[in-house]
Amino acid sequence: MADLSTDFLGIKSPNPFWLASAPPTDKEYNVVRAFRAGWGGVVWKTLGEDPHIVNVNGPRYGAVWGADRRLLGLNNIELITDRPLEVNLREIKQVKRDWPDRAMIVSLMVPCEEQAWKAILPLVEETGADGIELNFGCPHGMSERGMGSAVGQVPEYIEMVTRWCKQNTRMPVIVKLTPNITDIRKPARAAKAGGADAVSLINTINSITSVNLDSFSPEPSIDGKGSHGGYCGPAVKPIALSMVSEIARDAETAGLPISGIGGVTTWRDAAEFLALGAGTVQVCTAAMTYGFKIVDELKSGLSQYLDEKGMTLADLVGRAVPNVTDWQHLNLNYVAKARIDQDACIKCGRCYAACEDTSHQAISMSPDRTFEVIDAECVACNLCVNVCPVEGCITMEPLAAGTVDQRTGRVVEADYANWTTHPNNPAAVKAAE
Amino acid sequence: MTKSMLTPGIAPGRLSPEDYAANFADLHAPLEPHEAAVAADRCYFCHDAPCITACPTSIDIPLFIRQIATGTPEAAAKTIFEQNILGGMCARVCPTETLCEEACVRETAEGKPVEIGRLQRYATDTLMAAGTHPFTRAAPTGRKVAVIGAGPAGLACAHRLALHGHDVTIFEARPKAGGLNEYGIAAYKTVGDFAQGELDWLMKIGGITLETGRALGRDLTLEALTSDYDAVFLGMGLGGVNALRAEGEARDGVSDAVDFISDLRQASDLSTLPVGRNVVVIGGGMTAIDAAVQSKLLGAENVTVLYRRSRAEMPASRYEQDLAASKGVRFVFNAMPVAVLGNGVATMLRAEYTSVADGRVTGTGETFDLPADQVLKAIGQTLTGAPDTIEISGGKIAVTGAGRTSVAGIWAGGDCASGGDDLTVTAVAEGRDAAEDIHAALTGA
Repeated sequence: MADLSTDFLGIKSPNPFWLASAPPTDKEYNVVRAFRAGWGGVVWKTLGEDPHIVNVNGPRYGAVWGADRRLLGLNNIELITDRPLEVNLREIKQVKRDWPDRAMIVSLMVPCEEQAWKAILPLVEETGADGIELNFGCPHGMSERGMGSAVGQVPEYIEMVTRWCKQNTRMPVIVKLTPNITDIRKPARAAKAGGADAVSLINTINSITSVNLDSFSPEPSIDGKGSHGGYCGPAVKPIALSMVSEIARDAETAGLPISGIGGVTTWRDAAEFLALGAGTVQVCTAAMTYGFKIVDELKSGLSQYLDEKGMTLADLVGRAVPNVTDWQHLNLNYVAKARIDQDACIKCGRCYAACEDTSHQAISMSPDRTFEVIDAECVACNLCVNVCPVEGCITMEPLAAGTVDQRTGRVVEADYANWTTHPNNPAAVKAAE
Repeated sequence: MTKSMLTPGIAPGRLSPEDYAANFADLHAPLEPHEAAVAADRCYFCHDAPCITACPTSIDIPLFIRQIATGTPEAAAKTIFEQNILGGMCARVCPTETLCEEACVRETAEGKPVEIGRLQRYATDTLMAAGTHPFTRAAPTGRKVAVIGAGPAGLACAHRLALHGHDVTIFEARPKAGGLNEYGIAAYKTVGDFAQGELDWLMKIGGITLETGRALGRDLTLEALTSDYDAVFLGMGLGGVNALRAEGEARDGVSDAVDFISDLRQASDLSTLPVGRNVVVIGGGMTAIDAAVQSKLLGAENVTVLYRRSRAEMPASRYEQDLAASKGVRFVFNAMPVAVLGNGVATMLRAEYTSVADGRVTGTGETFDLPADQVLKAIGQTLTGAPDTIEISGGKIAVTGAGRTSVAGIWAGGDCASGGDDLTVTAVAEGRDAAEDIHAALTGA
């Protein structure tokens, strides 16, 4: 069994699976259950100033379902903790004392005034917590009051508040970023400039999960009205992976520790975040969907994978980052063609319909429903692979250098060449004469 | 004395009321909405889908399943009914395992096809439960068409003609309309008097007059019909049954399986229906299976199906064979009846093993005896009462194209006509297509 123990900013945890700041970490009862189940750490649900906030008294969650009501996406309009600060602090202290080997991070959100942060930091420090996470991400409710994503959308505020925190506590500072911005590198750079020890991302995405077509209210509906909520769950993972990778490969933020968040549901999702540079991952929706027990699968799956690869956890972290590049650097001399395994084909014809109607007319259909790739038309777009219901039936096969691409009539070249030197590129760099 | 499965001879009331109710309950429970959503999600929405090709009525199956998946089963039902107005009955009785579901690519992929039949029932039940009819009749054309037989072919033909604005009169020989839907299909496949409910729903199109108790040749002549109507459709089915040609066939206890099934379908109290302790059913089609299974469900102790060819050659599908076996029916293949033994009443069936060479069945000379106080003959039905003026081919009314007989102005479809399998769904397709051809002929469309 691979060793999954993790050291993130000097904060040790028996595994890299933390529960994100959210309803599952709102109070001692839940967190103790999580630790009993085997979670490596928690980020306690965001604390704020007293008097504590209030929540709506109707639905807080909306959902998007797939087949058999599988939860694909969840959104929420819940705010930060709605319990008194003193209660939370007391419980955090007790849990950390009882579970010293688990990571205990405390999420914080107070107004953008130095005094407010100065006031709360010592209180948290007194609990013995391992670190703090600055909630600059929540997109609903608190943002209307100048907090949460309202801060996360202004890099200067991020830098300012981060600096206040670094100046006023010995605890490591993790800055949690909102994805509701155009370029995730800007807030990450600001966090780093402010002295952040790490960033965590993504927080939830502005969303309306559905519209009730009888009442015409957005969901979740509160007395016939809806407000955008924060979207999370499996549906947001691709967005999160991209944002994590951008920070991991940005020259200004490369090496800044990252706690990856966004739709982690299985060990495989977690491994992908780790490979893109995350040192830990945070989970919420999967636990809210299936309960804390999923951590058993997360641990066993990641451990088996590392063993099979002969890698340590540290080997995995960032392993895929060098392979994330700009489009302009992709190899335009790489030529592939779709290949259909006729033995595996079940003759549904979805590849044909997709290619014929919406792509390149590169698949033929015979009267006996044999589907074949027309190399002279195939651009290797991969749509047929993606719509085929049989995994592995259609694959993309690279053409060997020296062979002729039937579509272009050109010989496939062995050398790498990209857009920056392509003759169609007006800005192409001319090779030296 | 209370009767039981062990009571000798042919006797009613072998079971408790609870057993009758349980035995003749719906074979497949209807899908609940969530079950339907899950089942529908399995459909791949194939291009030029093989299931459509496999359906005799060419229902756009991927479309109706997608309409179920997106929460509009009423629209799904309309997609079905546009092709097959008896889609509700077909959802219950079609041998889907040899039609759409056999062709389903998921059958190829995993041996577990999309449950097309049950999904079709879900959609059609939803719409029919609302009591509305999804089609509106065109303006009356003033043309009149006579339809002989209110079975699947006749009803489908009549509905389509009425839809186009023609006035249709259906003449049905039996007291009730529905044909085999009413008199011939296993009770557990069509519970709740579905056949009559479907008939009432179908008639809502308007423009159809139903006259029961009126048989061609007995109460009606083709000559009169052709002079009174602009077109005639013959869909009277197969009224006769083949003889066993075995010694002792006239003994008490020997009867036609179709009559046994018909009596069962019309019985208001199943406990009044007599059934043998030892039943032997002769034949290999769906009538044989339905008679055998229902004999067992009525409380027969031993039920044996005797078929003169091999299992692979049996017209009833493997699915139906397995269903029968699961109810306790025993199959004896490659054996044929030689004699019904007994002193006045049947007590034993003597059978002979067979061999098949060049498609011909011959006895091997080796015989065996099966206890049999009831012998049900299910060795095929025959055409009776066909007008002499019409060409017959292979024992059926010869048709070309969309059911055109040898006589202009007369069409035929369903089991009485040549071509196609003797299935409800095939009859519906033939009736529908003949109606379109009649419509074209009458309107010059």
